[in-house]
Amino acid sequence: MHVPDGFLDTTTSLSTAAVAAVGVAAALRGARHELDERTAPLAGLTAAFVFAVQMMNFPVLYGTSGHLIGGALTAVLVGPWTAVLCMTVVLMVQGLLFADGGLTALGTNVTLMGLVAVAVGYGVFRALVAVLPRTRAGLLASAGVGAFLSVPTAAMVFVGLFSLGAVADVPLGTVATYMGGVHLLIGLGEAAITVAVLGAVLAVRPDLVRGARHLQAAVALAPRAHPAPAVPTGSDAR
Amino acid sequence: MGAGHSAGGISAAYVAGDSPVHRLEPHTKLVAVVAFALVVVTTPVQAASAPVAYAGFLALVLGVAAVAGVRAARLARSLLVELPFVFFALLLPVVSGGPRVQVLGLSLSEHGLWTGGGLLAKATLSVLAATVLAATTEPRALLRGLQRLHLPQVLVQILMFMVRYADVVLGELRRMRVARESRGFRPRHVGALRVLGPAAGSLFIRSYERGERVHLAMLSRGFTGRLPTGPPPVVGARSWATALTLPLAAAVVLGTSSLLL
Repeated sequence: MHVPDGFLDTTTSLSTAAVAAVGVAAALRGARHELDERTAPLAGLTAAFVFAVQMMNFPVLYGTSGHLIGGALTAVLVGPWTAVLCMTVVLMVQGLLFADGGLTALGTNVTLMGLVAVAVGYGVFRALVAVLPRTRAGLLASAGVGAFLSVPTAAMVFVGLFSLGAVADVPLGTVATYMGGVHLLIGLGEAAITVAVLGAVLAVRPDLVRGARHLQAAVALAPRAHPAPAVPTGSDAR
Repeated sequence: MGAGHSAGGISAAYVAGDSPVHRLEPHTKLVAVVAFALVVVTTPVQAASAPVAYAGFLALVLGVAAVAGVRAARLARSLLVELPFVFFALLLPVVSGGPRVQVLGLSLSEHGLWTGGGLLAKATLSVLAATVLAATTEPRALLRGLQRLHLPQVLVQILMFMVRYADVVLGELRRMRVARESRGFRPRHVGALRVLGPAAGSLFIRSYERGERVHLAMLSRGFTGRLPTGPPPVVGARSWATALTLPLAAAVVLGTSSLLL
């Protein structure tokens, strides 16, 4: 889904670059609240994780496989601002080192997969978390719906940009149907993978899932019912 | 969707060498490649002169690639990233309106043929230029170039950590896959998510915890929030002129082709 150079005209590319620059500047400020002074190493390693997991192929339907895009998952894991930074950095590395996504289209790609996907994914997630029961299943469902919607929404924003910034005479309805249909399927895969990965992290380290903070109850120190076994000494100790 | 990106990881992008293109300062190369891409993008798709301009651009990029010693196989492989958009471009002649022409028994829109062809040509040219940049510039040098072009300091630091650790994280991913497959695991259907989800989840936990360890290690070595870099080398007008030859030549090609035709 990386937009290459030349799909959108110069005006649209420059406008989306300006939008992306404003969004990333806001994310740089916002990420300080999420990660304080540890921003650089933690966001860098999270971006490396996103980069790696995008190379992992998941079987989605019989005979087809997909990979994660990761905007919604990263937002739920580390917070939306850091997620925007991670997606931006991943897109920059893919554009600069692998020519995946055009350099003049970098602003467009950051706007679509960084800003739009994260905003929609995280926005839907937060809205649903507020409504659904405050359980693990409710959290996973919210994240799944957010991840599902983030993909076709980003695709529809691309179609909108294409209608603004490309040559006329291409019937918009057909393009929208094609892009929408394909990305609804991709969105289903994205949702399935997001729920699977998030469920796994929640099972092992729920404290690392930023979007699940409301599920954590402070555990009060309680006296043990039985006295603790004697401290091993001498030859018992290893 | 698709097979993901380059299988070799971050370090596979750079091809060591000592060509004039390798020796250019990274930020001049970055500016040159982005300017070249801008010239390519601004070429009007519907103009009769467009194919001539594309051919000229192609000759320029291949010339730079030859000087830099980038192999043809490497260039060809880099074009694979375009595949999803090739389908999109192929769709345009079928769905576009306007006068239609018969090609191999198919009724295709003339307008759509020009548009789709133009999009493919532009995307291909830019991918080739970006591949030459990546093949002749070390990732770290590329980031220094971004820093000199005044990308925000924090963003450059995040990029540095990502580039430094991407291959480490990819290595963990590969070892997990080897471990899974040596135990007979084959991902066939959606049920495989019960295995692959936790694998990706533990990859996140390992990456995040590694980030925490790296941060503590940096603090214990006196990290103050800035990564120390030496004074940037002075770049004269000559090296700028050398680097900007590519976009300037492209602009000349665009100008002449539109004047002549």
